[in-house]
Amino acid sequence: MKKNFHINGSVKELELSPNDTLLQTLRNNNFTEVKCGCNEGECGACTVLLENKAVNSCQVLSMSVQEKEITTVKGIGTLYQPHLVQTSFVEAGGDQCGFCSPGMALAAYSLLQENPNPSRDEILVALDGNLCRCTGYVKIIDAVELAARKIAAEIKETE
Amino acid sequence: MFKYVNQPIEKIDGMALVTGEEKYTDDFAYENMLYVSVLHSGYAHAKIVDIDDSEARKLHGVVEILHYKNVEQKLYTTAGQGYPEPSPYDTMLFGQTMRFVGDNVCAVAAESKAIADEALKKIKITYKVLKPILNLEKSEGSSIIIHKDDGAFPKIPVYYDAKNNIASKVEANVGDFDTAFKNSSRKIEHDFYCSYGAHCAIEPHGAVAHLDTRGRLVIISTTQVPFHVRRIVSFVADIPVSKIRVIKPRLGGGFGGKQEVLLEPIVALMTWRTKRPAKLIYSRREVFKSTRCRHEYKTKLAVGYEPNGTINALHLDALENAGGYGSHALTVLANAGSKTLPLLNKIPNLRFTGKGVYTNLPCGGAYRGYGATESYLGYGQVIDMVCEDCNLDVVEYYKKWSIKSGETSAIFQALGEGKEGVAMNIGSTSLHECLDEGAKLSHWYEKKKLYGAHSEFNKGKRLKRGIGMVALMQGSAIPEIDMASAYIKMNDDASFNLNVGATDLGTGSDTVLAQIASEVLDAPIENFIVYSSDTDFTPFDTGAYASSTTYLSGQAVKKCAEKIKEQILKVGAEILALSVDEVTIEDARVISKVNSKDEATFAEICQYALYQKNQFQIQASASHVSPKSPPPFAVHFIEIEVDTFTGIIKVLNYVATVDCGTPINPITAEGQVEGAIVNGLSYALFENYYFSPHGKMLNDTFGKYGVYTAYDIPPITVELIKSYEESGPFGAKSISEININGALPGIANAFYNATGKRLFNGPFTPESVLKVLNEKS
Repeated sequence: MKKNFHINGSVKELELSPNDTLLQTLRNNNFTEVKCGCNEGECGACTVLLENKAVNSCQVLSMSVQEKEITTVKGIGTLYQPHLVQTSFVEAGGDQCGFCSPGMALAAYSLLQENPNPSRDEILVALDGNLCRCTGYVKIIDAVELAARKIAAEIKETE
Repeated sequence: MFKYVNQPIEKIDGMALVTGEEKYTDDFAYENMLYVSVLHSGYAHAKIVDIDDSEARKLHGVVEILHYKNVEQKLYTTAGQGYPEPSPYDTMLFGQTMRFVGDNVCAVAAESKAIADEALKKIKITYKVLKPILNLEKSEGSSIIIHKDDGAFPKIPVYYDAKNNIASKVEANVGDFDTAFKNSSRKIEHDFYCSYGAHCAIEPHGAVAHLDTRGRLVIISTTQVPFHVRRIVSFVADIPVSKIRVIKPRLGGGFGGKQEVLLEPIVALMTWRTKRPAKLIYSRREVFKSTRCRHEYKTKLAVGYEPNGTINALHLDALENAGGYGSHALTVLANAGSKTLPLLNKIPNLRFTGKGVYTNLPCGGAYRGYGATESYLGYGQVIDMVCEDCNLDVVEYYKKWSIKSGETSAIFQALGEGKEGVAMNIGSTSLHECLDEGAKLSHWYEKKKLYGAHSEFNKGKRLKRGIGMVALMQGSAIPEIDMASAYIKMNDDASFNLNVGATDLGTGSDTVLAQIASEVLDAPIENFIVYSSDTDFTPFDTGAYASSTTYLSGQAVKKCAEKIKEQILKVGAEILALSVDEVTIEDARVISKVNSKDEATFAEICQYALYQKNQFQIQASASHVSPKSPPPFAVHFIEIEVDTFTGIIKVLNYVATVDCGTPINPITAEGQVEGAIVNGLSYALFENYYFSPHGKMLNDTFGKYGVYTAYDIPPITVELIKSYEESGPFGAKSISEININGALPGIANAFYNATGKRLFNGPFTPESVLKVLNEKS
């Protein structure tokens, strides 16, 4: 069947089955930036934002979020117009294999939307649902701190 | 000194990764594609008496089913190693005997994944359940023979004794251990245990196959070894190499787990038979149960020494659990000796003995550290024990006894990979500086003095603190066996195609290799268009393993770029009407040495060569085999706090000083160190496989298995301390594996410092720590 969804700021008609998870629906409709690492809600690779809150899309039934705003990593910034969180990940070296990166970037983005000046502990809590086996998290945490500093500088500049 | 090398350049694929543009195996889909599901054995040891797939074949949407009745019963090894492989040929794609819970029973290709899964349930399998071996110590000589009459054999002339369940055996002797040990005035003998471990790359294993417009088989897969995949698929599926193209797209982490050819032959056969694309992506549970893991190890160390700390004799004995199949059983075992014993090369009498035995538990394979992780648990502790007993500072001890520049160890020659090793002298080392700097950064001397089992600081306290350290070495590539190659061609706007067989697992090797070419040609990194790991379009490379890519593939790229440089200089000189001796390269131009205003830009040079006079394509290829495997060195200092009520070990501070020669890219190099440390910590403190009484892995999810999250990591300080390795590109050695080896011995030594007791068995879970604390000493 086909249903409309609000994704990355526009309405998209997606093909899905009634029991599909949001992860399945998104990936089956070419939103391949949403990754599947475990399909059991444990790794965070499939993180998307639902109304700005980071969730594991493998744990959400597609039919339950038709009216909600869904954001994938391409919704916060693209290759041609990246968000500060994304450039910070690259600058700080928080990107190794990149498989966890879309989810990590969204978790970080969601945190910074809510709390632009997080403590280190708040960063750790925000990233706690996203596994990374490559970086040891050090440079990912650096990236979030860098993004926070850049956002703060940007706000200051516009003031 | 360097312009592009040794610079923290951003990964060239970074922006595409973090914006979700890059494609991984599962992101490829084709029209009319079949979905494949595999049925894995629920029995640890069983014989399939019969498979009846008639009901499944009737299911609408089922297209093909593979099992022992319709797949050639051919022995091979799933280990993606050089040919002939040092791992025994003991595996069948779909055989009749199941040797561990997770072994392949059969596979279905269907119009959807749901139909394929449904079909698996309709296949009737009659098993004869056999008694399993579920304990590595009960394997050798057991009446249960795991590879009884399947004809399993070693591909190279090495010891192999399937009748006694022995998958591999290694022995090396230097001097006379027995006599020297007997005559030593002090002795330590102890057993150590290392658990199974899972790689946990966040991307699960997968493969997608399709036929191209000319009927050739194209396999896209999550592999560290595309060229070995091509060769092994050709052999197993009986398809000529000429008809196979293997592509590794972006890879979501490997750590050795994807140096194994497991899924590719399945999709290859499905596509070859049905002429339709086929995709197989393992679930996380399948990755845990059915792919490969870190071998379980029991090691035994015996050290004979004198009261002044002089070690006369050291014997490392290793018993390795190969699991159902002997993938990497021989080479991991050999590395357990060859990556540890040369470190203190002045010990005159050394013995290494090891056996890999078959069991009906999960199969080991390649895993970052590759045997060294397992042996450093014991090796790193006995050195500490000797120093504690002789009242010597272990940092100074390593300085005195460790291998130095210009020195060698007889072990290098004695222990190779399935054959004799390669003798070599150590070239570069900054181990001394690593020891000094690490001691400084960790406040080793102050803390060692402050802490201690009987110190005022810890006396009567529930939370006891301690500090421990360990020195490490590894290797860089497999000498005189592994080969890497590169191809470069120049384009008319001064850009270069850099095609490499090397396989970027996410480590950033595409970037590192571009930096090396940049440095040789003095042209910006943006000028290099890197394309890697495609067996049709990139030259051969053995693959990403054995800490080889920067060192080995990097040297191939350097050689190749040097050939391009020669051609550019020649054309540049021709344009400037000078001789080659009179010109040089600077900032992507050829300039006259006499008057730097006489210049020809790279773009002008390439356009001249392509269009104007004496036309030719500026292009070159180069290959590299290393005559040696220079060890990187590292020193880890770990400070911990032990909760003596709960047994919980909290790591307070982790300092690593590392000698990787020249770090080509300091940011990605640090990332390798940090990633390996955290993986090592997680493995040291809680990663393990828990089995049912019947050999089924019980904790087969991320949640139950337990992987460190950001919240779990201690403060980590990494310092790269340069040396210059003459045999490597711009002085580089490897860095990817070594730093996973420090956590186990480092924490155990810190635990001794805190409590006066030793942790001999990993992982150091609260339960096992409490048990040790409650032991009567």
